Amino acid sequence: MAFVLICFPLLMAALAAVVSSNRVRPWLLPATALVHVATTIAVLVQGTGVSTGVAWLVLDPPGRIVLLQVSVLFLLCSFYAVGYLRYRRDQTNRVFCACLLAFLGVISLVTWSHHLGLMWVAIEASTLVTAPLIYFNRTQRSIEATWKYLLVGSVGIALALLGTFFLAYASLHAGLDSTLTLESLLEHAPRLSKPWLHAAFVLLLVGYGTKMGLAPMHTWKPDAYGEAPGVVGAMLAGGVTSSAFLALLRVYQVCHAAGDDAYTSRLLLFIGLFSMAVAGVFMVGQRDFKRMLAYSSVEHMGILAVGLGIGGPALFGTMLHVLTNGLTKGVLFLSAGNIHRDYGSKSTDHVRGAMQRLPLSGTLFLAGFLAITGSPPFGPFISEFAILNGAFDEGRFVTAGLFLFFLLVVFIGMGATVLHVVQGRAPTDIHRTDYRDGFLTGAPIVVSMMLVLMLGLYIPPPLSALLGDAVRFLENQP
Amino acid sequence: MTSLLDALLVIVLVMNLFALGTSRIHALIRIVSAQGALLGVIMVLVHRHLTIPVLAVAAAGIAIKGFLIPAIMQRALQQAYVKREIEPLISPLASILLGAIATAFAVLLAGQLPLVNQNDGALLVPTSIATVLVGFIILTTRFKALTQVVGYLVLENGIFVFGMLLIEAMPLVVEMGVLLDLFVGVFVISIIVNHINRAFSTLDTRQLVSLRE
Repeated sequence: MAFVLICFPLLMAALAAVVSSNRVRPWLLPATALVHVATTIAVLVQGTGVSTGVAWLVLDPPGRIVLLQVSVLFLLCSFYAVGYLRYRRDQTNRVFCACLLAFLGVISLVTWSHHLGLMWVAIEASTLVTAPLIYFNRTQRSIEATWKYLLVGSVGIALALLGTFFLAYASLHAGLDSTLTLESLLEHAPRLSKPWLHAAFVLLLVGYGTKMGLAPMHTWKPDAYGEAPGVVGAMLAGGVTSSAFLALLRVYQVCHAAGDDAYTSRLLLFIGLFSMAVAGVFMVGQRDFKRMLAYSSVEHMGILAVGLGIGGPALFGTMLHVLTNGLTKGVLFLSAGNIHRDYGSKSTDHVRGAMQRLPLSGTLFLAGFLAITGSPPFGPFISEFAILNGAFDEGRFVTAGLFLFFLLVVFIGMGATVLHVVQGRAPTDIHRTDYRDGFLTGAPIVVSMMLVLMLGLYIPPPLSALLGDAVRFLENQP
Repeated sequence: MTSLLDALLVIVLVMNLFALGTSRIHALIRIVSAQGALLGVIMVLVHRHLTIPVLAVAAAGIAIKGFLIPAIMQRALQQAYVKREIEPLISPLASILLGAIATAFAVLLAGQLPLVNQNDGALLVPTSIATVLVGFIILTTRFKALTQVVGYLVLENGIFVFGMLLIEAMPLVVEMGVLLDLFVGVFVISIIVNHINRAFSTLDTRQLVSLRE
């Protein structure tokens, strides 16, 4: 199973590099995605009995949640990509398709890896395969964005490697035959050397925090999300960030088992609230709606960090938020991509009246905005509410107050930009491109929005059980 | 054996300062490739019992850090016609001074962290941290795209030094994966550098300012 999930997309990536027809090649994306989703569901239904025989490759409950989220998001994005690439016949999509497929394989490896070293290798590989995707438009601005993404991402991930080494040394110091597998780290966590463990946690938080886009290491994010095609933005905001968060979850779990909660939660809460604050500041008055979505992603990574920092009762909401945030980001980036394509601009100086000109994409963009800012009855409302509830349960009233305040600031800031985009009359002096909402570029967003709505109204029992398993797993309860 | 090891680690530290002091990109690349190759040699010395994983990682390290990556970068350099790092943010002398302060700080910091075996590689940890910090200094005070890549390589070298404490604990696959990622990373970055040069007619990253608030 692990073999199919990891290697099949990589094989298809190699195939995409060989296929010569620009018209046929994009269809490899949905074909691979369908096999991937089917296998993922089969693995999830099989339950805990899935074993690969290798201690490094284990699919635990948090890994399942991220795998499910990325797999579903990729399926939706893959159909959208076919529609999108039809408008980009002017240039070859060979590298684009190959890298997108390789990305799916690499992210699957992240979700399966139970060895922190292997996990690092996979996350670094995900940085490398996504860089050419950001560069797809071949403009000066996209080069600049790619350069910043590569440099900031590589340095951040290098720090994560140093942190991983520190963690290995902490277990060597405890006299263990250090192997960096999650099981052995968790088993011997209380004996790990405290100074090394603390240093490792800081480095790993900064390193994987850079990949997640937590402030102040978020500087690559607005540029990369702003310049990349919408479908790439969706995969970055819902795939790369989720997998980096999974890495952070592993580290959190080891520190939790070592009884270091006070130390980790202070750092996580600080960096999480700081990210929400930075996102709020830059969202107010933001005129570029794709950059606005990037700051929204910074905010939601902050929410995940806060949820983890609160721990205990907030963990259920945090794991649910991984799902709801990932899917809602799909809605927002894909619909924003459509609007961008139609107007040929992503600035509110030119874009007005999107609901009139693109009724479907405009409406979905507005609905996605309402969902991501935590309005009922959508999924993020439930997950954010659960995190807030957890904060009150733990008696962290200041955290809860700041959390609510920043959500409000973001709502107002984002609302002003989004309403400007969708409302009013479409300007008549701007030349209209040949883009029209079609089945392939519309239906995936509708499905994604339905899923977000469903998660807000009803969480299916198997999913709820999976979330419960993940919480128990993170708290190291049998 | 230990005195030889310490002497080589001091050379690594001196190379850091040389890298900070030079204003020619060619010299900088040569220093960092020599540093990378030297690390491969040190790796063999650290371990008294030579096993196949140690030798394999050391050989791969020398090949990739000492020869392959410098070759890629020299090629990118030739295509871009850059000879000199004309104006770093701070003067070479100030950079060296900053590097010395970073080294002293690394020694102090390493003193706070407990070692498994006090006699074993007491200099490895401070060398590692100092090299990482020097990498950061180069990354933040230079503006040419290729020089920043060199800064990233120095940073990676520092991490590689720390990895020597763990070679028996880390599986071969992971070590090799790390080296492979580094290699592919520099390869991809060099391609982007080439595109920067073609699109902007310069490698000065201060030209990359169209994306901001």
